[in-house]
Amino acid sequence: MPDVIAADGTIRNDDWVVVPRPAAGESMDIPEDKPVLIPADLWLAGHEHFAAKPSVGVWFDSHDEPELLGEKVNELPLIAVNFPRFVDGRGYSIGRLLRERFGYRGELRAIGDVLLDQLQFMKRCGFDSYVLRADKDIAKAPKCLSFFTQTYQAATDTDQPLFRRRAS
Amino acid sequence: MYVYDEHDRQIAAERVAQFRDQTERALVGELSEEEFLPLRLQNGLYVQRLAPMLRICIPYGMLRSEQLRRLARVTRDYDKGYAHFTTRTNIQLNWPNLEDVPDILAELAEVEMHANQTSGNCIRNTTTDPFSGVQVDEIADPRPYCEIIRQWSTFHPEFAFLPRKFKIAVNASEHTDRAAIRVHDIGLQLVRNDQGEPGFRVHVGGGLGRTPMVGPVIRDFLPELDLLTYLEAIVRVYNRYGRRDNKFKARIKILVKALSPEGFAEKVEAEWAHIKDSPSRLTPEVVSKFQGYFTEPAYDALDNATDLLATQRFENREFDKWLTHNVNSHKKPGYAIVTLTLKKTGTPPGDVTDFQLEQIADLADEYSYGEARATHEQNVVLADVRQDRLFELWQKLVPLGFATANLNTLNDVICCPGGDFCALANAKSIPVAEAIQRRFDDLDFLYDLGPIDLNISGCMNACGHHHVGNIGVLGVDKKGEEFYQISLGGSSHHDATIGKILGPSFAREEMPEVIAKLINVYVENRTEEETFLDTYRRVGLDPFKERVYA
Repeated sequence: MPDVIAADGTIRNDDWVVVPRPAAGESMDIPEDKPVLIPADLWLAGHEHFAAKPSVGVWFDSHDEPELLGEKVNELPLIAVNFPRFVDGRGYSIGRLLRERFGYRGELRAIGDVLLDQLQFMKRCGFDSYVLRADKDIAKAPKCLSFFTQTYQAATDTDQPLFRRRAS
Repeated sequence: MYVYDEHDRQIAAERVAQFRDQTERALVGELSEEEFLPLRLQNGLYVQRLAPMLRICIPYGMLRSEQLRRLARVTRDYDKGYAHFTTRTNIQLNWPNLEDVPDILAELAEVEMHANQTSGNCIRNTTTDPFSGVQVDEIADPRPYCEIIRQWSTFHPEFAFLPRKFKIAVNASEHTDRAAIRVHDIGLQLVRNDQGEPGFRVHVGGGLGRTPMVGPVIRDFLPELDLLTYLEAIVRVYNRYGRRDNKFKARIKILVKALSPEGFAEKVEAEWAHIKDSPSRLTPEVVSKFQGYFTEPAYDALDNATDLLATQRFENREFDKWLTHNVNSHKKPGYAIVTLTLKKTGTPPGDVTDFQLEQIADLADEYSYGEARATHEQNVVLADVRQDRLFELWQKLVPLGFATANLNTLNDVICCPGGDFCALANAKSIPVAEAIQRRFDDLDFLYDLGPIDLNISGCMNACGHHHVGNIGVLGVDKKGEEFYQISLGGSSHHDATIGKILGPSFAREEMPEVIAKLINVYVENRTEEETFLDTYRRVGLDPFKERVYA
């Protein structure tokens, strides 16, 4: 069971299981008794089958396009975005698009190579839960989520850039 | 000049605390080398051949005298007493200790300076024309836009891990381009539309490095208020679709080429349609507020000092040369723009000592309203000097080594730190620059040759902008030996062109003579009005090739 960090830095525990993309010709190995995150395109392909289940969410890899689901995002309780390497910044754009373009309101989780120093960027791009890479010190997450109390530009956390906030 | 408010100060202070925390975790091994790498790079910190190198940001080249004095102090206290102006108008320390860097940053923050995003795969320091605000023919002062871009790009949460580095430059003059915008990832040319409204012509996908390209135009007119939303659309398209599988194909130019400029523009426009009316759209009030930071100083009402200068020139031939080459005309009568050249033979181009930095600060206070500007040609500009004080200023510059009247000549070399300092370099560049400067030590001959851009890079990364030199020199490694490849015909100006490779490379000791042969071909072939570049364009590569490889 992974430790999950919330946007406010508190830590909880949950059961969500990331189902890996099956090899070509194989089928997904979906555990029966746990909530599952399955690859977004496979969820879409089995939409009728999965749609009614509250314990099914999806995950995007960094090269996936969030446009794939479009407005269907709000049928999902949880969407995860994989950061295969922490220097792969595509997930930040995926997060913002899910929130700002498609209006996703459920939980948005960062998974994969998630390190401490990227947490605040993820938070600003709409992620509200994070599964830290196991070797990292989770106790430092609250501090790293809030290095900055002020920001210049708009993102998912505020649509008002500093130049507008200064003016008011 | 821009002055921090409490928000900027807060962000700067929090940044110092953050980097101190990151450095401590790196030193105790909580952050691996690989994990710390992009964090320190985004703070301008390289680990170099001999020591760390810290690149300090000079936003769009502007410096106040107190900042110059602080740079001098930091250079003295934490380094060996000299620093290096770079080709992107930043300044580098070559010998700081990693442990000291947080303290250096704290000292810099006190004078509103930092090292944010001076390296790494993020949006770098935005650069512009060092004559901004004082030249006759600019559309509008570009610096307010540069500051708007600085704030937008600083710690942008979506764009901290782009496929590769990302550089933006803004140019405002109608007739010249001193910011080399066509060889940047984004080049913004200020223009006015038929209604006289300001906006930008947007070039994307220029760049040097391994695959040099001149940036095509993807939009002829972008209204000024749409600046940030459009930039955001461009960088988002790049962040999502730029290649990440191969470092050498990761710059935006490769994406623009793959999609074609039209295809890339379509993607940008589609993205922009979603965000163009968001609150990130600028307002006229915001633009004028930023413009308010870059107002004119309290100029005296003067006439041009034409007679006085004529007399002084007549009486002193050295002053006459300096005035011709290192002083430019100013939009205000009675004022002039002075370039302090950091290209004295025997000193690596762009290098300054702590003492010289303090002298520049004093001169800025005394002669130019306390401000100075770094140029991408690695010189320093005092932009607001009274003409009737030029002679007095010149007399002070001569003993300081700032009056070498070689601006824009062959000896005004652009040169990266090269193999003497840089871990990436294939070859040394500074000794080549020096050998060429020594070979061409007759100023009258240099003046007769007219403007020639000689640019030297120690490796393919092209920090010395060799592709856009009229004569470009690239250090290459051949089986462990340093060789130099020459290209001809490059230009970074309005007629931006990537130079063509002349042929097989040369050993270092051959270089001065090879350059001399190239110069001779020009001298023999030129018509009265032609610059080196003009002649090259008319006669082509062959006559040069024949002479050099004869």
